[in-house]
Parts: sequence; C-alpha cells; structure tokens
Amino acid sequence: MRVELNEIRKYFGPVKANDGITITFEEGNIYGLLGENGAGKSTLMKILSGFQPFDSGELLLNGSDATFTSPREALAAGIGMLYQEPLDLPPFTILDNYLLGRDNKVIPDRQAAIQELIELTQRYNFDVDIKAHIDSLSVGERQQLELVRLLAGGAEVLILDEPTTGISAEQKDLLFASMRKLAKEENKTLILVSHKLSEVQELCDHAFVLRKGQMVGETDVPCPNEKLVEMMFGQLPERSPRPSVSLEDTMLSIKEMAIRTYRLSVEGLQLDVRSGEVIGLAGLEGSGQGLFLKACAGLLRPAKGSIQLADKDITNHSYHATLAEGVGYLAAGRLEEGLVAGLTLTEHMILGALERKFMIDWESSREETSKRIEHYQVIGTEASTADQLSGGNQQRLLFSLLNTPLRLILMEQPTRGLDVRSADYIWEQLYERRKDGTAIIFISPDLDEILDRSDRIAVFYGGQMLKVVEASETNVDELGHLIGGEL
Amino acid sequence: MSRSSWLERIWPLVPVVAALLFVVFLLLGFGAEPGTALSAIIDGAFGSTDKVLSVTAFWIPLLLASIGLMVTFTAGLWNIGIEGQLAMGAIGASAVALNVNAPPYILIPLEILAAMAAGALWAAIGGVLKTRGKVHEIFSGLALTNLAIILTNYLISGPWQPPEGGSFRGTAPFQDAALFPRLLESRFSPLTLILTLIALAVVAVMLSNTFWGLKLKALGKNPKSAFLLGVSSERETIYAMMFCGALAGLGGAVRVLSWFDSLRQSISGGIGFLALLVVMLAAYRLLWVPFIAFFFSAVLNGSITLQLRTQLHSSLGGILTGVLVLFVLLFGEYKKLGFRREPPETPAEVSHE
Repeated sequence: MRVELNEIRKYFGPVKANDGITITFEEGNIYGLLGENGAGKSTLMKILSGFQPFDSGELLLNGSDATFTSPREALAAGIGMLYQEPLDLPPFTILDNYLLGRDNKVIPDRQAAIQELIELTQRYNFDVDIKAHIDSLSVGERQQLELVRLLAGGAEVLILDEPTTGISAEQKDLLFASMRKLAKEENKTLILVSHKLSEVQELCDHAFVLRKGQMVGETDVPCPNEKLVEMMFGQLPERSPRPSVSLEDTMLSIKEMAIRTYRLSVEGLQLDVRSGEVIGLAGLEGSGQGLFLKACAGLLRPAKGSIQLADKDITNHSYHATLAEGVGYLAAGRLEEGLVAGLTLTEHMILGALERKFMIDWESSREETSKRIEHYQVIGTEASTADQLSGGNQQRLLFSLLNTPLRLILMEQPTRGLDVRSADYIWEQLYERRKDGTAIIFISPDLDEILDRSDRIAVFYGGQMLKVVEASETNVDELGHLIGGEL
Repeated sequence: MSRSSWLERIWPLVPVVAALLFVVFLLLGFGAEPGTALSAIIDGAFGSTDKVLSVTAFWIPLLLASIGLMVTFTAGLWNIGIEGQLAMGAIGASAVALNVNAPPYILIPLEILAAMAAGALWAAIGGVLKTRGKVHEIFSGLALTNLAIILTNYLISGPWQPPEGGSFRGTAPFQDAALFPRLLESRFSPLTLILTLIALAVVAVMLSNTFWGLKLKALGKNPKSAFLLGVSSERETIYAMMFCGALAGLGGAVRVLSWFDSLRQSISGGIGFLALLVVMLAAYRLLWVPFIAFFFSAVLNGSITLQLRTQLHSSLGGILTGVLVLFVLLFGEYKKLGFRREPPETPAEVSHE
C-alpha cells in the first residue's frame, strides 16, 4: 500500500511536534525514519497508526483520503504499529491475547484461531509456544506475537518503533529476515523508526530524517554514516571556548562495574574521573549511558564492581545518601523528574537545599530564591509555580537548584530545550564550578555539544563502554562511527 | 467584568443549588412538602440548646478525622482506612477505660494517648503495606477497616461483654472518671473542642510553615520529582498515615468517652467516610474544613427530627450531603468543564521549543 503524508502538523501547545511533514512511503520497500529524541518521529507514527489525531494536513492511502480515530480503525485500513513496549496483557495465554484482538464473537472460535496462529508463526519462522503465558515470553517473542497479530488483522503497512531495543541478536536477525520477506515477497510497506544508524543501514532501502518536527533530508541507504549524522544533528553555531583547568586528583573511580536490568545489561565499566574534569557520555539512546549515570547517582544498584567518590566507597549508597556526599543529579524530564508542578520556585529551593530546619523561614528563602533566579536568568518570580515557566526556564531552574559546593554533577541532556545562547551561559556557570574541583559527567544526544564541552568522551554502544577518547583528538565523523558501533 | 469571569466567581454556588434542587424534586416525588422538610432539618439542628450541643458533639470527631485527612490528602494518599483508624482509637480508649483505675486527670490523658497510638499504628500498617508491599492504600484501608470492625464486635461480645451478659450492642458503661467532662447533660465535652482546635492549629502551621509539610506537598504532587529533590517517600508516607491515624484515633476516643459512654457496635458510625467527603468538598483548603464539617453535622442531626416530624426517613440528610459532594466533584470547577477544555498536556518526548 502506498502511504502519502502531506503537510502533517501536530502542535502540543507551543511545541511543534510535527511542523508540516510531507513523506511518501511506497509498497514493497523498507523505510528508515531517523531523528534524535523529540524530533517528532514517534508523533508522526502515532498519527499514522491512529493513536492520535493530527491538527492539519492530509493522509492518503493508495491515493484516497483517510482519517483514523483509533488504532483499531487504522488496522482495519491496513496500518499496524508495533510499539516499543508490546501492548499485550501479561497474565493471558498467547491464544487469549490473540483472540482478544481478533474475535468479536460471543464465543470465540479457538480451533480456527489456533490454526491461524500456527500457520502465521511458521510462515515467518517464529518459534512461539501458543499455549504459553505471555509473561513467560521474552520481549523478542512478545514482539513476534504482536507482529503476527497485526498481520492477521490485515496490516499492509507495518510500523516498527525501535523494535530491536531489548531483544537478543538472534531474535534481531529473525526479525530482520521476516521484515525483508514481508517487503520483498509479500509487497508490504515497512517503516522502521530508529536512531540506530547501523540498523537502518543494514535493513532499509531509503531513510527519512526528521529534526525539530520537520523533514530535513532523505537518502537511499546504505550511505556514509556521516551523511545521516549531519542530517540528524545539523550544524550548530560556534560556542564559547572552554577555559582550561588543571585537573587534580581522582574524584570518581568506577571499577569493573556491571549494571543489569530487564532491558539491557551493561558490563565491564571502568572509568576514572579527575576533579574538574568534564566527561561526555555519547551513544545512541538505550546504549547503556543512562544506566551508567543512574548507577553513579545511586538510583540503580550495580550488580558488581565499585564506585568510589574521592576517598569514600559509595557503591551501595542510596540516592539520598549519594546526594549527601555532594553529588548533584539532573534528570532529563523536567516536570516528570526534578520539578514539581504546582510548587513555587521558593518551595523548590527549600526542598533542594541541604540545610533543613523544622520550620521554614519564608523570608530568607524568598531572598535566596530571587538571588538564584537572577543568577541563572530564570524568567519568573519566586512565587511562580514550576509549571508556569517555559521549558527553557524550567531547565534553568533545575540548574539553580544545584547546591554549592558539589564534588560531582551528573546530568542527562543538560541543555535540552535551551537556545544556543542560554546553553552557553549554563555551561559558563558549570565551568565556574570546575575551579572548585567539581567533576561533571553528562549525557547529550548532540555530538557537537559533547565534543565542545568535554575533556574526554566515553562512547557507549549496545551495553558497553566501547571507547574513551580525548575530546581534542576526535571529531564528529569519528564519533558518529563510534556510536554506530564501528570501531 | 466579562461574562466568563463573572460566571467563574459565582460558580461554587452552582453545585450547592443543584444539590438542593435535586433533593427538592426528590421530596416532591415522595409527595412531601419541601418547605416543611427544610424547616424540620433546621429546627432539628438548631431548635434548642440541646440540639446545638448535639450537632457540636457530632462535629468534633468528624472535624478531627477531616483534619487528619488533610495531611494524607496533601501527601497524595487516599486514606480510606480512616474509618478503621477511628474504630481502633475507640478500642484503645476503651481498653484504658475498662482496665485502669485512676483519677480523671491521669485516666483521661492515658485514654487519649492510647487512642492516638492505636489509630496511628493501625494507619502505619497501611503505610508500610504501601511502601514495602506495593499494596495501594485504598485496598489495605478497606481491609483494615473491616478488621477493626470485626475486632470491635469480638470485644463487645467476648472479653469486654457486660457482666450481666452480652447484648452484643456494647460494653457496660465506663466508670465516671473515664468519661470526658460533658456540658449540661449533653454529649458535648468542651475539652474535646479545645483538643480539636489545637489539632487544627498544629496542622495549619504544619502544612504551611514546616519543612515536613512542604515535603508532603511535593510528595503528593509528584512523588518522582520529590524523590529526586531529596524527599524520602517511604518515611514520609508512613509518617503522614500515622499523623492522620492519630487524629482519627482521638476522634474515636471522643466517640466512646463523650458521644457514648461505652464501646458500641459500629462505633465509628461512618464518620471516617463522611470526613472523606468533607475533605473532597474542601479541596485542600484547610480553613473550609470546620465549616463544611459543621454543615454536614447539622444536616445529619437535623434529619433525625425530620423523620420524627414528617415520616420521611432520616437518611434524607445523607442523600443531601452525598449528592452535594457528587455535584461538586462533577462540575464544581468551572475551568474543568467540558465547554472550556484545556489543551492536552505536552507529552514527555516532544520537548524542543
């Protein structure tokens, strides 16, 4: 089926998630949809699969107008989406789960469903025991099942959102083989949403790149990785130079650390950070850098290994105990993780302060808050609530909540949502802290930011710290290769 | 003034009027005279000193439970189990009243302490189940309330039954020294009013001016961010539950030592659930709580006279308060009504500007 998206727009308040995107997907092809976090690819695919409506634009299936109000309608029209988290109901058996999506009769026809399931799983070489309970399956097996359900529902267009996150290498090969078969032999349209360049290169015929809600480029693949990286991240204006600071003793020492979660295991982490040093963590999302940062903050307990801060072992410290050792942590989500909607800036300041008295001294807290507001150029008053601030100001507020002095600052996407000038100002403030010996570790999807701001860069790929490079001895091209897993 | 802001200002009255209209229609449907019914309720609540004192005596434990709920609501906890915490407080006070012989100035403080401790510990179970066992406080609250009621019934019909043989309705009346000093042969004890006003002041200061109050507020609005800002959600959840449980327990003591003179079946009398309605109506505004609670108490007590005078069942008062809460929750906030829908929240993943 040929899918045409014309001038699709979707705004969330002031945020332009999709700002006039025009794309055509032809049948029999596998497409890659690339873009960094927040580029608008998930929004676009949710629109296409009937999960949310668009504000304006046009959606054509084989040339005729279509609008969906639910994923069910979209599937009836032939569009199925495989979500990052498969949407099944864990306590069910596979058969029940399958029937739930398919059969509308009062008494379901189990025999026919079993036949259908067996036939479909065999056609794509999927190996699933249909009598098993869903919660006994791995993510990869659930995915295969969901794929079968969509195909049985009549999907001609299949959207796969980050399908390789959390599945094994064999399952990935099987998935890719079935995707090729679907496109080339059964003439279906496949769309792979991903930010893993290597997968897009391996599997797709053509790639579209989104940035800030717009289509910024397309190319046949395979093509050189740099071409995709440049389209994804773009070129940013020059930044203020980073003052050099003489690096002192080791502030943070990670030895033989392993972190294991249900999605991803990160093994063999080894890193020494000196006081005053800035370490950038590069990698495609879900490569392990986020887990590493959380483990350093005490939010995840490492499965093995040790974390030493200055001369103290903090491996088994809780998050709050880690904070008390002089560590600051900034999460990526502002109003989800970090700020409390409905609380004023003053209240945030009081909560974040290390010194805690029984009674609140509102007078001096307000004074301190207005000082910090001024220093960090937050546009708002000490009586504004966090949710009244714009995204960039929320980010500045988070920075103003960091206490002084700190030994270590851990940040996820520190300048997310800030324009270049504000980002620059935030980094100047952070450089100031290096003089006190504060070490900084940060994650950013923006390779230029990582290159410009770091002393050293630790590159993560597929649950490994692949390489640690000196920022002065590398460039965007090399980093682009590294985060794609090419050494 | 524009039309919409004028509407916005008088809007809080709309659900009240709607609830009254609903009840009027209900009365007409039963062939009753709404005017007579209304005057019977008013007369029943305020017709004599006795009646006013009775309304006040009922108001005290309701207010105590409501004040306690303000704390758990602020922390984002649905403390449905407050009914059971009230019953446990009544049991705690009764245990002292039945087993300790001492002059009133020792006995009464002991009873109060026992009641508050019993309520707090019962609430703490819910808190621990939530933080350690991931059991939602609504479910543990319902279960614990049932257990508290069963325990009351067991005590009445078993170990604490009156010497002349149990009637299954209550224990024998407590010794005089154990009872709160009451005013004019009524069920109202000025001592309990003083204690309640102290509790109100403490909670007012606690919520607005202490670090703990701020932590609860953050926890209630966004537990994840509160945690990242350094609030220990586990500890504060349990403490908030215990604080509320202690006040509810004190309310339970008022029930056995001033409203009644013994431990009775269904001693909590639905006051805990009623307090939930009070706090929902007040919507986080502590200063409204005493007035709403008093209104509830007046309507419910007035309904007893209504039944005597008009053959209408006294549950009409319960219907009025229940409908009122439903209407307020349904369209109490002008801004949240369907015809002025707010734009959907920005999802987390789209974040660029």
